[in-house]
Amino acid sequence: MDLAATIALNGLTLAALYFIVASGFSLIFGLMRVVNMAHGSLYLVAAYVGYAVFEPLYDRDLWYAWYAGLAAGIVCAAISGALMQRLLLGWMQGQELRQALVTIGVSIIVADQLLAFYGGNPRQFFAPDAIFGATQLPGLGGYPTFRLVQIGIAVAVGVGLWLLLNRTRLGMMIRAGVDDRDMLGACGVNVPLVGVAVFALGAALAGLGGVIGATAQPLAQGVDGRFLLVSLVVVIVGGMGSVPGTAVGAILIGLAEQIGQAIFPTYSVVLSFVIMVAVLATRPQGILGRA
Amino acid sequence: MLSVRDLHVRFGQAHILQGVSLELGAGALAIVGRNGMGKTTLCQAVMGMVAASEGEISLEGQSLRGLAPFRIARRSVALVPQGRRTFPSLSVDEHLRLVSQGRTARWNIERIYQTFPRLAERRRNGGTELSGGEQQMLAISRALLMNPRLVIMDEPSEGLAPVIVEHLIQVLRALPADGMSLLLIEQNLRVATEVAGEVAIMVTGRIAATMPAATLANDPDMQRRYLGVSAGGH
Repeated sequence: MDLAATIALNGLTLAALYFIVASGFSLIFGLMRVVNMAHGSLYLVAAYVGYAVFEPLYDRDLWYAWYAGLAAGIVCAAISGALMQRLLLGWMQGQELRQALVTIGVSIIVADQLLAFYGGNPRQFFAPDAIFGATQLPGLGGYPTFRLVQIGIAVAVGVGLWLLLNRTRLGMMIRAGVDDRDMLGACGVNVPLVGVAVFALGAALAGLGGVIGATAQPLAQGVDGRFLLVSLVVVIVGGMGSVPGTAVGAILIGLAEQIGQAIFPTYSVVLSFVIMVAVLATRPQGILGRA
Repeated sequence: MLSVRDLHVRFGQAHILQGVSLELGAGALAIVGRNGMGKTTLCQAVMGMVAASEGEISLEGQSLRGLAPFRIARRSVALVPQGRRTFPSLSVDEHLRLVSQGRTARWNIERIYQTFPRLAERRRNGGTELSGGEQQMLAISRALLMNPRLVIMDEPSEGLAPVIVEHLIQVLRALPADGMSLLLIEQNLRVATEVAGEVAIMVTGRIAATMPAATLANDPDMQRRYLGVSAGGH
């Protein structure tokens, strides 16, 4: 019983991280129709830049080291995303294959540059004392506090995105743009600028995920590919461009990975893809996706 | 107001607009013609949604050609497109708030709800939960709230019940009094001739003739020749 509860909690923790990262991917695809193959790179860049800010502050024992690293990672990812849209992808609006290929190119360049700059040694953030250590859960004993915080952040991101999309003017523009981009422009809305804002927001979520992910587990080269793949699987299962769909997809994949690793470790990787194949076969638009 | 000179639009090999020229002053100009003559392409070219290969489009002396649709919209041009193209994800109220210029504007949300009480009843409904007539009212409201100097309407009466068409005619006839010029594309000859003072006939990508609305309304021969209709145009 304890084991099952622990596995479930671990699954949800992982799902939380997947949701944060994949929601940014899904948001960008929803409005821009860009399959951003450099989404994992944004995750990685944010983690490394965040770490570069974090480390000297942490060495001086400053309490805000982690928060500063988190902020730096998010801002850096957001700026990178906005520049990518403005300088590269905006010129090829509507040419989806070309955009996907350009972002693959970006991801390869970024991965090599990061390796050249930071080398191959793994790094890991240390969470501040307030959210470090263990929390006693009834019937379960101690559970890492940071993992619970991780779930809390994911919930906050989900609620925040929902409010943004449904309660703000920018959200109205994003939804209208998903429906009919040209008509939104004819209504006087600067659609390319909305696109840059959405790209910055989606990238910021990758950055948030990067720092949180590098706090929960060591940061190393190659993680970008893993999180890109996870984002793809999550949004394919949940439904491209849908925030609730992304949440459902993330929970399914997060739980599947953890349960798989507990029950049949050798083949656990297969489980995510079995789910993806099953969804594609029965509901190609994703569980909560619009046809 | 609007001046179009020798406008050409090509889609690959297809030469859709073959040198359209027209002048619209204050008031309304209707463009009639059979299907496939390039009327919708003309609307989209003026709005910047399709690229013109040659020619000039200007609004009060300022060139519009080559500008992005949102820049043309900000120069006070609004479009009520064919097929309405309301946003399925937005409620009626959100459509209006998206384009509203505030309470003090000549056309504001309150005035829209007074003019189209049906929309007020449906304000929380989504853009696709409306009937065809309601969607058309919404598409027109979306354009009016921008308080444009020029409104382009692409077959607003298409698929509407006769009683709604009457309401539409009343609304359109009142637009010039609000300082708006209207470029009206219509298949329904009665709507075209009742709303506009002048009617242009479009044939295979060109304006074949321009005449006072009354002339066309009273000449069944000409209607048959250019439009393939006998009388009434329904």
